[in-house]
Amino acid sequence: MKSSVITFPGSNCDRDMDVALKKFGFRNKMVWHDDAELPKSDLVVLPGGFSYGDYLRCGSMASKSKIMQSVINFANSGGMVMGICNGFQILVETGLLSGVLLRNKYLEFICKNVFVKINDKKNKYFKNVDNEVLEFHIAHNEGNYFCTNDQLKEIEDNNQIAINYCDENGKIEDQFNPNGSIKNIAGIFNKEKNVLGMMPHPERMIDSSLSGEDGSLFFKNLINNLK
Amino acid sequence: MKISVIITLKKDVLDPQGKVIHQTLDGMGFDDVNEVRQGKYFEIDTKETDNDKAKAKVEEMCKKLLANLVIENYKIIDPK
Repeated sequence: MKSSVITFPGSNCDRDMDVALKKFGFRNKMVWHDDAELPKSDLVVLPGGFSYGDYLRCGSMASKSKIMQSVINFANSGGMVMGICNGFQILVETGLLSGVLLRNKYLEFICKNVFVKINDKKNKYFKNVDNEVLEFHIAHNEGNYFCTNDQLKEIEDNNQIAINYCDENGKIEDQFNPNGSIKNIAGIFNKEKNVLGMMPHPERMIDSSLSGEDGSLFFKNLINNLK
Repeated sequence: MKISVIITLKKDVLDPQGKVIHQTLDGMGFDDVNEVRQGKYFEIDTKETDNDKAKAKVEEMCKKLLANLVIENYKIIDPK
């Protein structure tokens, strides 16, 4: 399986993602934001970081960079595109995913482990994951998911919510919402579910001695689903 | 020609920064403030000399980059 990770000026989780993808069997290529053509890929990842210093709005500048037209075309033709953290912010700015990520409710940069509940498994990202709840890591200042009522109705009707913040038993309540996101939303899909954006970092949970292994579960499963 | 643009958050979007500014003003003794909403201001100096054309261009910039219409409104101020 071939993957591509896009590096924008200010990306800082691109190499972690490269390590994670390779560890679980992807042949990964790093792609510079100013390139026009995407290499042949089964999965394209927009990594976390602070592209363009978060100027104007997080992800807004990166969403207009040269490579993004190829990424948008790839996504629109059914290609798998995953945005993590800043990558999620970039995806909403392109319009591939609906809504927007606002400043965290209590104005704090949040860096901690969280539990997320998988809301939908009828997609290539989470199909066959045995667990209902995964422990991932978040590190963001603008992760407060917001959308209009019409957009919320649409993503709920189409079952586009991917994961919600919850406790270790999968209970989705306000007190387990770290940043004020509507409905505890931590990640969403597009309508066709080939595009996923999420604030948590699975690539930070792939080593039993450093972190948990729930990211390993995610990547192992993902590559099997793509085969 | 210089054109100014003001971007404001839509009414029902939470503005935690505005809220903190409000609280701080309150603490400084400006206790008659009802609400503070924070926005953005741009000055765009364009080569375009035709008023209407310049405004139309800036409007396109607002829609495509300067504002995110899910959460923000934009207002173009007439060039002088």
